[in-house]
Amino acid sequence: MNAKNLKYYAFMFLAPALISIFVFFFLPVIASFLISFTDFDIYSLNHPERIRFTGFQNYSKLLNDPLFWKALGNTFLYVIVASPLSILISLIAAISLNSKLVKFKSVFRLTFFMPVVTTLVAVAIVWRFIYHPRFGILNYALGLAGIEPLDWLGDPHYALPAIIIMTVWKNFGYNMIIFIAGLQNIPDYLYEAAILDGANKFQQLRNITIPMLAPTTLFISIITMIGFFQIFAEPYVMTQGGPLNSTLSIVLYMYREGFRWWNMGYSAAIAFVLFFIIFVFTLIQFKIKRVT
Amino acid sequence: MKLQWFKYIILLAVIFLLNSCNHNETGFRVVRFWGLGVEGEAVAQLIREFETENPGIIVKVQMIPWTAAQEKLISAYASENLPDVFQLGNTWIPQFQELDAIATLDTFINTSGNIDSSKFFKGIWDTNIINGKVYGIPWYIDTRVLFYRTDDLYNAGYSRPPVNWSELLDVSLKIKKNKLKKDLYPIFLPFNDWSVIVIFALQAGAKLLVKNNSYANFSSGEFKKAVEFLMQFYDKNLAPKGSMEFNNIYQAMAEGYISMFISGPWNIKEMKKWMKDELENEWMTAPLPSPDSNGIGISLAGGASLVMNKMSNDKAAAWKLIEFLSRPATQMKFYQIVDDLPARREVWNYPEIKKDKYMKAFFTQLNHVQPLPKVTEWEQIAYSKIQQYMEYIVYKKMSIDEALKKLDDDVNSILEKRRWMIKNNLL
Amino acid sequence: MTTGIKKIILTAILLIAGILTITPFIWMVSASFMYDGHASVYPPRFFPDVFTLVQYEKLFSHLNILRNFFNSLFLSCVITIISLFLNSMAGYAFAKFRFSKKDKIFKFLLSSMIIPAQVTMLPLFLLLKQLHLLNTYFAIIIPGLANIFGIFLTRQYIYSIPDSLIEAARIEGASEFLIYRKIILPLSAPILTTLAIFTFLGVWNDFLWPLISLTDSSMYTLPVALANLMGEHTKDPELMMAGSVVTVIPVIIVFLALQKYYIKGIMMSGIKG
Repeated sequence: MNAKNLKYYAFMFLAPALISIFVFFFLPVIASFLISFTDFDIYSLNHPERIRFTGFQNYSKLLNDPLFWKALGNTFLYVIVASPLSILISLIAAISLNSKLVKFKSVFRLTFFMPVVTTLVAVAIVWRFIYHPRFGILNYALGLAGIEPLDWLGDPHYALPAIIIMTVWKNFGYNMIIFIAGLQNIPDYLYEAAILDGANKFQQLRNITIPMLAPTTLFISIITMIGFFQIFAEPYVMTQGGPLNSTLSIVLYMYREGFRWWNMGYSAAIAFVLFFIIFVFTLIQFKIKRVT
Repeated sequence: MKLQWFKYIILLAVIFLLNSCNHNETGFRVVRFWGLGVEGEAVAQLIREFETENPGIIVKVQMIPWTAAQEKLISAYASENLPDVFQLGNTWIPQFQELDAIATLDTFINTSGNIDSSKFFKGIWDTNIINGKVYGIPWYIDTRVLFYRTDDLYNAGYSRPPVNWSELLDVSLKIKKNKLKKDLYPIFLPFNDWSVIVIFALQAGAKLLVKNNSYANFSSGEFKKAVEFLMQFYDKNLAPKGSMEFNNIYQAMAEGYISMFISGPWNIKEMKKWMKDELENEWMTAPLPSPDSNGIGISLAGGASLVMNKMSNDKAAAWKLIEFLSRPATQMKFYQIVDDLPARREVWNYPEIKKDKYMKAFFTQLNHVQPLPKVTEWEQIAYSKIQQYMEYIVYKKMSIDEALKKLDDDVNSILEKRRWMIKNNLL
Repeated sequence: MTTGIKKIILTAILLIAGILTITPFIWMVSASFMYDGHASVYPPRFFPDVFTLVQYEKLFSHLNILRNFFNSLFLSCVITIISLFLNSMAGYAFAKFRFSKKDKIFKFLLSSMIIPAQVTMLPLFLLLKQLHLLNTYFAIIIPGLANIFGIFLTRQYIYSIPDSLIEAARIEGASEFLIYRKIILPLSAPILTTLAIFTFLGVWNDFLWPLISLTDSSMYTLPVALANLMGEHTKDPELMMAGSVVTVIPVIIVFLALQKYYIKGIMMSGIKG
């Protein structure tokens, strides 16, 4: 079969997927970018002639919108607090599970992984009740330890930490699995050599495990971070962004502006700012890791 | 073996796709009805009677939670999937009228023996009129009154509820003095609920929006007067700042943590539940105090209306359902199920309501209500802007003048499109 | 410290962590078997004092959750099957065919994976509105037809299939589609299984897009129906727990049955990514 013919087949194999991705992903991305420069709103939903081109107005409005900054600040809190926490816990879990001393590894692995596969809306409902100020088991457990009950989801100070705790519970198993894969790829002779040199467990961890896991950690931190930047269903189901917008995230704000108030131009601008931030953060992560 | 499995999936697919296209059942006229929240669930209990009365008509009821109602209704509109009849908060009517989604009901009303404006409270009926045309039939009413503990007020020297603003402040101060504990508050005025500040502003005579509702007017003297009045309660620790300090306001009332709050009719049932035994006669409702005289303060003409989809295929059947739900007898049943205030005046003469001492305040209050600005943007203004700036004021992140000025700016920017539409005669 | 003590300590820590992880599930299941109000007590009950199926009865008879269950099942199956084909075809093309700008296109696709899906939602909504497909199954199926992650995963795997197998088939005169069907698909069964689980769970658990694009309660998927229910039933935790159980059980079954492939797939995406 000649090369030209193969090209034809390559095209045939690619076309369905790529056309679908182009029409239902790239085209909307472009359209969204264009919409972000207009005042597309509820008045224009059925009257395209009422859309006006507004230049960078949506973006400049965004910069002066305290609620946007609030949402951005909260989102950064989710990212900065929850990502390292989640990575740390999954790393500890992975290292423990990788130890030769532990039995029933697969049972533990499955247990830790279970929350990952479950439906977020469903577990959010369960956690809402765990956080119930009077009947929740968390306050009950805290009560046994002598701690006063907290109104987890009703108090602006605790609502965001409460959501972070739930999210970490839900997600650490995923990263744990990837870490385990990374650990299994570290050749044994490195440790054997270290033991010969008299390195203790902690030194082994610092000088072998952590550096060898660097690529895995980079991958994990990027996907975890991107995930937290896009956090939506957790605050939507648990708190609706409240109390006092203390759990409002960027995507939730985007959803609210776009699909509650139908300010679609504004909402598209929010989406693009989010994209830009994720882009920059991913670049920074790569740069940092390259330097170190 | 693999193919076998595949076949089943395809079979399933075909069944489902056919199923999803096949909306009309044979021979029946189907009226789709969407109700919001509790009402949406409760209405199912009334429908059977309607169906037996109208053989051949089937009503399909769907419940939409209040928290997602706005977006669900508009996306249903966008996907041309609005039901024949649905419930709308009466502040949403302008939006759906502007979208051209709901039908005018004047012709139906003119030929109806059951529904005419004189049978409803005027203030409430008016919320359904836009440019002289009727777009909704009031279903139930939500207005706010004062709930209070009679014993706490009595101990503070008041044998009757406060009738004006200075009395309200005075009684709060005295209650505070009586209740020496730090976390006891005389009154609960959640500033993250826009209705509280808006009620006081309307009482002070504020015009919230001006010039054909196309400019904000929050930095006006009247609005500021209301804010300053409210601020005294937060500053003097008469009302809790944190909205969530009381997870359950009825429990807080029963346990004596608060003595007064301003809210709607749905509280009565809960209050009866919590204020039991020796507390049973220690609470009451009262019309809102007025700013300076001894009259009655204005409250919101809130509530929900029944509206008809403009694209409905069977408007006659849809109207029958609206008429049925608006009947005094149906309204009475509805009141008994969910405690919503009937929109029809005559229902208030029924003994069940007349005998209820807590309802008296609502009846009086209903003659002193005022509708909110009839603009598409109102919900957004109220929920996202007024609440936000009240928060800034209460937490002293901004001075009152600064916050109200900013509120004006923000709202004016929301209303910019409306002004453009007016200028180009599109509204 | 002797190894014996270390072992005990480590196991104890893991055991505690495991119990903490599993507790929400246990509570969910046990509360779902309680009567109204029996979960709202202090101190909390971990097991129903009186066992009942009344919540499930309510869900299935009253609230018609079976319909939502089938919506979820149907959509997850259909999207999984279609996207498996489209993705593996494209993955195959990227792995085994030579054409101009192949690497550039592939890299471009990969780097566009950081575009958050939320960016596309508004235009997608408007597009489907224009096509009159909102509130139909197509509104969910169409955007899920193919995805870049699936193409990436299958390409990585098919890449390792020896070229000689394909060449030999070509010499024997097999058509390209036959090669794809008879050689590529069977050989990449492990990765396809992995991808199938990913997709199935992804669709089953998806919330934001179905929330936006489906308006009729008979069209809702389980998560949307559940969120809808919660709007009015916050006071009925037992009922909500039963709804959560119904939503979660199928994914746990799928996961437990196929966990080997699933975990392997995650490990692969991590190491090669």
